[in-house]
Amino acid sequence: MANYSSNEFKPGLRVMVDNEPCIMIDIEFVKPGKGQAFSRVKLRSIRTQRVWERTFKSGESLESADIVDREMEYLYNDNEFWYFMATDGSFEQLGADSAAVGDTIKWLKEQVIYEVTLYNDAVVSVTAPNFVELDVLETDPGLKGDTAQGGTKPATLSTGAVVRVPLFIVEGEKLKIDTRSGEYVSRA
Amino acid sequence: MSTWSPSAPRTALVARQTLYRNIREYFYARSVLEVETPLLSQAPVADPNITPMQAGQRWLHTSPEYAMKRMLCAGYGDIYQICKVFREGEAGKRHNPEFTMLEWYRMGWTHRQLMDEVAELLQLLLAERFNDLSTLHLTYAQAFQQFAQLDVHQCSDQIIAERGQQLANADLDLDRDGWLDVIMSHQVEPALPHNTLIFVDQFPASQAALAKLATDTQGVLIAQRFEVFFNGMELANGYQELTDAKQQLQRFQHELQDTGRPHDAHLIAALEHGLPDCAGVALGLDRILLHLLDAPNIAQVVSFDWQRA
Repeated sequence: MANYSSNEFKPGLRVMVDNEPCIMIDIEFVKPGKGQAFSRVKLRSIRTQRVWERTFKSGESLESADIVDREMEYLYNDNEFWYFMATDGSFEQLGADSAAVGDTIKWLKEQVIYEVTLYNDAVVSVTAPNFVELDVLETDPGLKGDTAQGGTKPATLSTGAVVRVPLFIVEGEKLKIDTRSGEYVSRA
Repeated sequence: MSTWSPSAPRTALVARQTLYRNIREYFYARSVLEVETPLLSQAPVADPNITPMQAGQRWLHTSPEYAMKRMLCAGYGDIYQICKVFREGEAGKRHNPEFTMLEWYRMGWTHRQLMDEVAELLQLLLAERFNDLSTLHLTYAQAFQQFAQLDVHQCSDQIIAERGQQLANADLDLDRDGWLDVIMSHQVEPALPHNTLIFVDQFPASQAALAKLATDTQGVLIAQRFEVFFNGMELANGYQELTDAKQQLQRFQHELQDTGRPHDAHLIAALEHGLPDCAGVALGLDRILLHLLDAPNIAQVVSFDWQRA
């Protein structure tokens, strides 16, 4: 397994810290004029998504984490696992537990392709594409003429997610949603 | 932006030109001689915390200090130099392994007199963006007391280590000075007041480098060394220069034990010949430009940063 020395630290690097797979978010090199040099690193735990800071001495090295991202299509869930299928033609299927699916559950739709992150061959997180198209399951009928005022109302989507939508949106419409902000973009 | 193009905009190069011109006029008016010393020398820096780069059989200098001190020993008087220096592995938002330093020496001056001159020069150089900068003088002990609530000369190694571990979120296996560096860089430095030139002096004797030692008002042995901080960044490091060749050789040998590097025989011979009382300081010029241009990354003030060099 590869080792990264502190002078190779950079955002996006995947490393093992205290036996936890982590991704580096930000690195600050600190060097008091006549003193010891350090790297202050902001890390995100792959498993828990927790963001934390840790300082390393210059010259310290970290083991790379065996983390793989795969494009996989969401199939179905059996209330215990959410199943994804490889898009590389292997038809390989993997189940993700609720901790791995996390908040992405709000944007899970059959036949849509997600980025599935594996650590030691187990699914540790699922990332939605930046935009998904989802149907409106339930929303109050908008009042005529309200569109000009740019008001919004809550709408429940087919996945259970609740987003603010313009007043002219009605039940049954398909909407484009930005999964990063959780905001309505347009009618699909 | 593609990697063939410069990392700094043209405006930053104009600001650099103005900066150099202001410095040269300042020293010309005070009869301080501009000098050039070799970038490549036969012996490397002794400081174990600084890693020199090698080029063929020679070493790229990490500061022009040794050669300039030989000029002082030869009786050349007040001198200054603007030059590139090279330090292995020092890359980050505020560091480039190849960077520009201003270093100068004042004969017969104390480090206190030199601190006043550093303040005056920095006020002048930063005036375009920061008007009438005030100065604040703190001893190392006062800075630690005020911003880290530690009695730095009295408290035990264990208390220092515990605080450092808490700040680093790790046990880095450091000695007392290493942990003090953690506390300084993680807790004290970020808490220093902004838009003020901060002078910290009277460092622990163990961090003297090439500074003379003295005792403070409490009878504690301290180094006559100062650092200048501005808006969360270290700008300069200065000394009441150590003039005793025997002490210098001892410090060198102590440092060289750890690194296995050869010691600079020319410098030792020059010091044996005699270094007059003097004070000297080194100032990072790229960082002055970071402040003048409000740039977040050193790449934006050097023509081609390390990735594009």
